[in-house]
Amino acid sequence: MSFITKSPWIVHYDGSSCNGCDIEVLACLTPMYDVERFGIINTGNPKHADIFLITGYVNTQNVDVIKNIYRKMPDPKVVVAIGICASTGNFFRECYNALGGVDTIIPVDVYVPGCAARPEAIIDGVVKALGILDQKKNKTYVAPVKPEGVII
Amino acid sequence: MKLLLAALAFVILTPVVCGLLAGFDRIITAKMQGRYGPPLLQPFFDVLKLFEKENLMVNQFYHSFYLICYLVFMVASGILFFTGQDLLLVIFAFTLADIFLVLAAYSTNSPFSFIGAERELLLMMSAEPMLLIAAVGLFMATKSFKVGSIASVADLNTILLLPGVFIGLLFILTIKLRKSPFDLSTSHHAHQEIVKGVTTEFAGPSLALVEIAHWYETAIMLGIIYLFFAGNPVIAVSVVLVAYFVEILIDNTFARFKWELTLKSSWAVTFIFGGLNLIVLFIIEKVKI
Ligand code: SF4
Repeated sequence: MSFITKSPWIVHYDGSSCNGCDIEVLACLTPMYDVERFGIINTGNPKHADIFLITGYVNTQNVDVIKNIYRKMPDPKVVVAIGICASTGNFFRECYNALGGVDTIIPVDVYVPGCAARPEAIIDGVVKALGILDQKKNKTYVAPVKPEGVII
Repeated sequence: MKLLLAALAFVILTPVVCGLLAGFDRIITAKMQGRYGPPLLQPFFDVLKLFEKENLMVNQFYHSFYLICYLVFMVASGILFFTGQDLLLVIFAFTLADIFLVLAAYSTNSPFSFIGAERELLLMMSAEPMLLIAAVGLFMATKSFKVGSIASVADLNTILLLPGVFIGLLFILTIKLRKSPFDLSTSHHAHQEIVKGVTTEFAGPSLALVEIAHWYETAIMLGIIYLFFAGNPVIAVSVVLVAYFVEILIDNTFARFKWELTLKSSWAVTFIFGGLNLIVLFIIEKVKI
């Protein structure tokens, strides 16, 4: 057992979300859901974080920001894409500025569906991410093969 | 031999006791906010997890060197205190440890750490005078700077002679425990950038060192509070626990101060309560002679 699953700290980045998913992410921190029960803290600081939550699609302006946050996180780390926007680009996909889902620029480990993703789904996604975090810590993680290679 | 055992007990027991205290702190804080809160052992999980992480360093040498110095001097200061050595020496070692934290923050070359380091210096400026006044006050009341003999002499009289000094010390306890409204340089809570200040750029094991050193720091500060009531351990321990609870309450009810207000208020309290108390003590002694 590794301690990383008992104290996952989160950094949350709002890509180009409509704010629907962000509100739901923040709702997880409220007394109603209180994710601190699981030791989860929203640090907002990439250097302290283990889990990277992204909401919203990638556009030409935030692509560098997302890469930067990802690089600044110490290993082991996981990325969770919250909402359809972050997963695939949603209906913004065809926009002039959209590059698509988050996995077009950094490897994503967990996709949380929903528009907006419900807090329960987000907590489920984070718990799923903990399993992957544990595997990464023990170096037993095998990344699933994706149709399009995603390497930054 | 006895001193060696005391030192060893301090080094081993402090992380356990202060870690548990931090765990209670987080649960009580959560309850005050209407949340359920983390498990009691959460602070230990956090620190152990941080040791499992990669140590991202901007400045390979200075970064870890200064942080290790921070921990070592904090432990040394605590050992001096809990083996009953000179109180002034304890305070100097304590200050030196803090200086190393500031240097570590400066060595990371990040604007947020720079501001944090400056604010840490500012907080030290706010807190140190009161610590020194407390040492002098304890000397005037018990005729000794040695923690050992202060502890053996201290009785009800000590606190009756030093009420102002004690209030001043409680005031700066908030600064030293890094509680709101004085958590300018870094904070216990999940924050980032300027509010996280000195610790913004520390990742993984580096952050764990800071956390452990802070446990020792807490032990020393609570130890100084204990010293005022050392004659009666039951009262002393309850006073320490009540003081810690009040700190949590203050932490949850106050907004963060600006640095000017922090400096002004702590110096005002230091000189009004601590300073006046010393003057009164001085006059009492002259009258007696
Ligand atoms: S998935 Fe829906 S709710 Fe979430 S950011 Fe996109 S549009 Fe908004």
